[in-house]
Amino acid sequence: MHAPDGFIDVPVSAAAGVLAAGAIAVSLRGARRELDDTARPGASGGAERTAPLAGLVAAFIFAVQMLNFPVAAGTSGHLLGGALAAILVGPYTGVLCVSVVLMLQSVLFADGGLTALGVNITTMAITTTVVAYALFRGLVKVLPRSRRSVTAASFVAALVSVPASAVVFTLLYTVGGTTDVSIGKVATAMVGVHVLIGLGEAAITALTVGAVIAVRPDLVHGARGLGQKLKLRVNGELVDAPETAEPVPAAARSPRKVWIAGLVTSLVLAGFVSFYASANPDGLEKVAADHGIDKQAEEHAVADSPLADYGVKDVDDARLSGGLAGVIGVGVTVVAGTGVFWAVRRRRAADERAEDTSPAGTSV
Amino acid sequence: MGAGHSHRLYRHGHSPVHALPPHTKLAAVLAFVIVVVSTPREAMWAFGAYAVLLAAVAYAARVPAGFLLKRLLIEVPFVAFAVLLPFVAEGERVDVLGLSLSVNGLWGAWNVLAKGTLGVAASVLLAATTELRELLHGLQRLRLPPLLVQIASFMVRYGDVITDEMRRMRIARESRGFEARGTRHWGVLAKSAGALFIRSYERGERVHLAMVSRGYTGVVPVIDEVAASRAQWSYALALPCAALVVCLLGWTL
Repeated sequence: MHAPDGFIDVPVSAAAGVLAAGAIAVSLRGARRELDDTARPGASGGAERTAPLAGLVAAFIFAVQMLNFPVAAGTSGHLLGGALAAILVGPYTGVLCVSVVLMLQSVLFADGGLTALGVNITTMAITTTVVAYALFRGLVKVLPRSRRSVTAASFVAALVSVPASAVVFTLLYTVGGTTDVSIGKVATAMVGVHVLIGLGEAAITALTVGAVIAVRPDLVHGARGLGQKLKLRVNGELVDAPETAEPVPAAARSPRKVWIAGLVTSLVLAGFVSFYASANPDGLEKVAADHGIDKQAEEHAVADSPLADYGVKDVDDARLSGGLAGVIGVGVTVVAGTGVFWAVRRRRAADERAEDTSPAGTSV
Repeated sequence: MGAGHSHRLYRHGHSPVHALPPHTKLAAVLAFVIVVVSTPREAMWAFGAYAVLLAAVAYAARVPAGFLLKRLLIEVPFVAFAVLLPFVAEGERVDVLGLSLSVNGLWGAWNVLAKGTLGVAASVLLAATTELRELLHGLQRLRLPPLLVQIASFMVRYGDVITDEMRRMRIARESRGFEARGTRHWGVLAKSAGALFIRSYERGERVHLAMVSRGYTGVVPVIDEVAASRAQWSYALALPCAALVVCLLGWTL
C-alpha cells in the first residue's frame, strides 16, 4: 500500500507532507509524556527515555511486519501495526514509530516514494493510529472493565482502522489523483480489499494484545486502568479476599460468545454493508462485459438457484435483495460449517472415550 | 553495534559520489524527485533525459547496472497496478491489439511507471552510496528534529537485534515441531509477537539505563561534524539543476 512517486499530484502531496510534519511535531511532544507516564516508580523518568524506548518499539514494528501469518494454502499476510502500536504504547508514540518506519523504508529501501512520504504517513501512520486509538478508548469506556473487553476493543479498533486508512487514501486520490479512474471504483476496490485485510489485522492485533496483557499488563498503554486494579489486589491480599476471588485467567473464553460475536459481525457485514455497496458489476466483470469476453462464459450450474448472482429471486429492490442474499448466505455457511465441525468433534470425542482407559480426573 | 555495520543496499566504494557529504546528497535526491514528479507526463523525452542523468550518476558512483536493476524490482507491485489502469480508467478509448484501452488510463499508467521508476532509482542510488550512519547524520543536518533522528537511529541499530530475536523464536518453535499452516495457528504466532514486544520494550529500558549511567542527557553528541563546502554543494546539486532545465523545457515545448 506504499504509494510511489507520481501517484498523487504535487499540491496534494505537499499538503499531506505539511499535515504529516505537523502531526509528527505534536507526537514528539506527546510521546515524551506517554513514555514518561509508563515509567515505573523506581525508574528515573525524563525526556531522555523517549529516544531509546520509541526507537526499540519502532524496531519491533519493523520486525513484526516481517512475521508471516498463513491464511490458507500458499497465501499469507502480515501485520501493518498501526493499531497494535497505538494500543500497546499510546497514540503519540504509535504515530511516531510507524512514521519512522515509513521514513526509513522510503529512504533506505526505496519502498514508497520520497515525495509520497507525506501521503504514506498520513494514511498509514496517522489515520490508522488515531482511528484505532479513538475507537479503542471509546469502547473500553463503554465496556465493563476487564481484560476481555480490552481484547475485544482492540479487535474492533484494528478492524476499523485499516479500511479507514483506505478511505483516507481514496479521499486524497479524489483530490489529487493523476488518473481519472472513477472514484466509486477506487473506493469499492480499496475499501473492499481492506475490509478483508482489516479482519486479519484485527484478529492478530487482538491476539497479540491479549498475549501481552496476560504477561505484562503494565506495559499495555490501553489497559492502564486494569493495572491499578491489580496492584490493589497485591497490596491487600488477605484483606481484599472477595476482590481477589475474581478470577483472571489468561484465556478460557467461552466459545459460544466468540461464535455469537462472529455471527453478528458477519450478518451485519453481509446484510447491512452490502446494502450500501455499489450495485454495479465489479471491475473484472465490467472489463469482461466491455470486451465481450463473458459472451462465451457458460452459465454457472446453480444460475437458477434462488441466490444466483447474490440476489434473492423474487425481491425486486436490488439492494434489499443483495442484503438478504448476504444474510442467507452467511446463515447457510454457518449452519453447514457448524454441522461439519460438530460431527468431527463428536467423532473425535467418541474415539477418545473409546481409547481412554486412564482413571478419572484426567479429562480435559 | 554501529560503525562496522552497513545495510544491505549499501555498496562500499570510493567514488566521488560516495565522498560527498550525506546531507548534500539527500537534498539533491529530494530536489530531483520533486522536479521529476512535477514534469508534465506528455513530455516523454524529458523522462528519457532524467534516466540518462541518473545513469551518469550511477556511472560516476561506479554502481553496476545489474545491481541497480535488481534493486528496482521493489516496485513490481506498482507495475501490476499500472498495467491495470488502462482497463479501468474513464474517458475516450482506443483499440490496441484488439483490446479497448482508455487513453487517459494509458497516460496514467505511463505517468506512474515513469515517475515511480525514476524515484526508486534515485533512492536506490542514494542508499547504495551512503552509509546508514551518515544518512542519519545527513537527516539531522537537514534540520529534522533531533529526537526524530535519534529514534530512527535507535531503530536502525536495534532493527537487526530484534529481527534476530524473532528469528531465534521461530527456530525454537520449529525445532519443537511447530509449523504454522493456517489461521488456527495464529494464536501461537501472536503470542510470539507479544513476547517479542515485551522483550523489545524491556531491552529499551535496559538500553536507556545503560546510557543514562554513561552520562546520556537526551542528546547524542556529534563528534565527526561534516560541513559541506560550496564546491561539494554545487557538485551534488548539479543533478537536480540539470533536471530542472529538462523540466522547464518540458513545460515550454
